[in-house]
Amino acid sequence: MVDATNDTVGNKAIVAFLHNVKKSFNGVEVLKDISLELHQSENLVILGRSGSGKSVLIKCMVGLIEADDGDINVLGYDVRHLEPKALNEMRQQVGFSFQSSALYDSMTVQQNLEFPLTRNLGLTNKTELNDKVIIALQDVGLEGTAQKMPAELSGGMKKRIGIARTLILNPKIMLYDEPTAGLDPITASEINELILSVREKYKTSSLIITHDISCARHTSDRVIALVDGKTKMEGTFDAIKDTSDADLAPFFNY
Amino acid sequence: MPDAIQTLLLECESIFRFVQKLLKQAVARPFEWRETVRQCFEIGNRSLFLICFTAFLSGVVFTRQSRPSLSSFGAESWLPSLVSQAVIRSLGPLITGLICAGKLGSNIAAELASMKVTEQIDAMEVSGTRPFSYLVVSRVIATTLMMPLLVVFADVIALFGSYLTVHTINNTSLQLYLNEVSVVITFLDIFSSILLATFFGFAIGFVGSYAGYTAANGTSGVGKAANNAVVISMLFIFIIDLLSLQIINLFR
Ligand SMILES: Nc1ncnc2c1ncn2[C@@H]1O[C@H](COP(=O)(O)OP(=O)(O)OP(=O)(O)O)[C@@H](O)[C@H]1O
Ligand SMILES: [Mg+2]
Repeated sequence: MVDATNDTVGNKAIVAFLHNVKKSFNGVEVLKDISLELHQSENLVILGRSGSGKSVLIKCMVGLIEADDGDINVLGYDVRHLEPKALNEMRQQVGFSFQSSALYDSMTVQQNLEFPLTRNLGLTNKTELNDKVIIALQDVGLEGTAQKMPAELSGGMKKRIGIARTLILNPKIMLYDEPTAGLDPITASEINELILSVREKYKTSSLIITHDISCARHTSDRVIALVDGKTKMEGTFDAIKDTSDADLAPFFNY
Repeated sequence: MPDAIQTLLLECESIFRFVQKLLKQAVARPFEWRETVRQCFEIGNRSLFLICFTAFLSGVVFTRQSRPSLSSFGAESWLPSLVSQAVIRSLGPLITGLICAGKLGSNIAAELASMKVTEQIDAMEVSGTRPFSYLVVSRVIATTLMMPLLVVFADVIALFGSYLTVHTINNTSLQLYLNEVSVVITFLDIFSSILLATFFGFAIGFVGSYAGYTAANGTSGVGKAANNAVVISMLFIFIIDLLSLQIINLFR
């Protein structure tokens, strides 16, 4: 097995890769042949239409969905063949921002953020927990919401809290599932800024899954298109935006 | 038809895996003390009033119902012994079990299912926070521990209701009533009733958690999970009750 962390492309280390990954549900092939590499400190955007299997793809990367075939390697862990303990170890180093935010709705924002700390790191010291929560909330620009319940927050705020909840464990890789979906353009661009500032501060490598062209333009160093369950076309946003490919052109010209 | 069989077998496999995981995580360190204690409290809190109410009423009603038939044999003085045996051996556990199946089973299933369909369980999973032991193990242990307590409580309340009834009719003193009760109630009765309650509690917690944790996506999954939990755990309660009756009768 190749150790992802030791591989390099040019002068950049590969922190995660997928190789010929396949996944079907009830005989329907959703992912037919996915191969991609995520480099150290880059923002890689995966662009694809609704239902193209983008969420399935990143769920396979953290073992929430089991792929049928292929290699998935994240931070040197061979995701498809991990013991539960190693899987947990890997997951604690990867932040996953859900399409639906997935905040724990019976807990306050504060408790949401403390949850991974108390359960993973065994922190119990109140002031230490509090400090970490405050820093994470500051990083997403939502100080002062600590005592609110998720139901009291807007969609954009929920997204931010969801991101804060993953940042609190200092992830090496961030996976964003449709960070701007369902948000107005102004809130969406604030989230784009947040994604960039997270990289600055936490030195994360990020995989950003989206169908939002402006999100792709603002956040990407590199874009990969997902069409018909296969990865297609890879390059910087500017390099592929004038494509004449029949599957992709409508995306950019819309 | 083969499709139905396949679905059934897949379901069996999934139940088997769930049990396996439950047993494994139940003994794994660190044990979920805080959450288990919180769940115990919640369970008691949620069902105490309803159990109080129904147990008291069943005590009263059962006593009033049985009195005429006993009087016709001139055996009215047997009323306390008859009622207490019925309450402790089967009425108490059964009533408590059915109420908890309805109240707690649906509650647990709906709670977990809505966490499932809104991806909250997935979110716990990907942050490495071991949701299974946090959510499922704590709930199953809590229902298993709390049911015997609730049953003992229900027994006491039901007997109290029965005593009040007997007292208003015959002016029997509490002392006499308790005397009569203590003559017929054996250690085996109490022990088996508590054991029965433990099994009921496990069944309710397990069925509720399983239905919720494996709920299908979509909001309809929540309703279906709650519904399944109630129906199946009630069914389990009757089956366990029947089986235990057979077994306990071997010892009598
Ligand atoms: N657990 C599952 N069971 C069965 N089919 C599934 C499952 N998860 C996803 N699918 C199917 O896989 C396909 C891709 O779903 P996915 O959620 O990955 O799309 P997506 O690209 O994220 O779309 P969107 O932009 O709407 O989020 C869909 O057709 C969906 O029906
Ligand atoms: Mg999606």
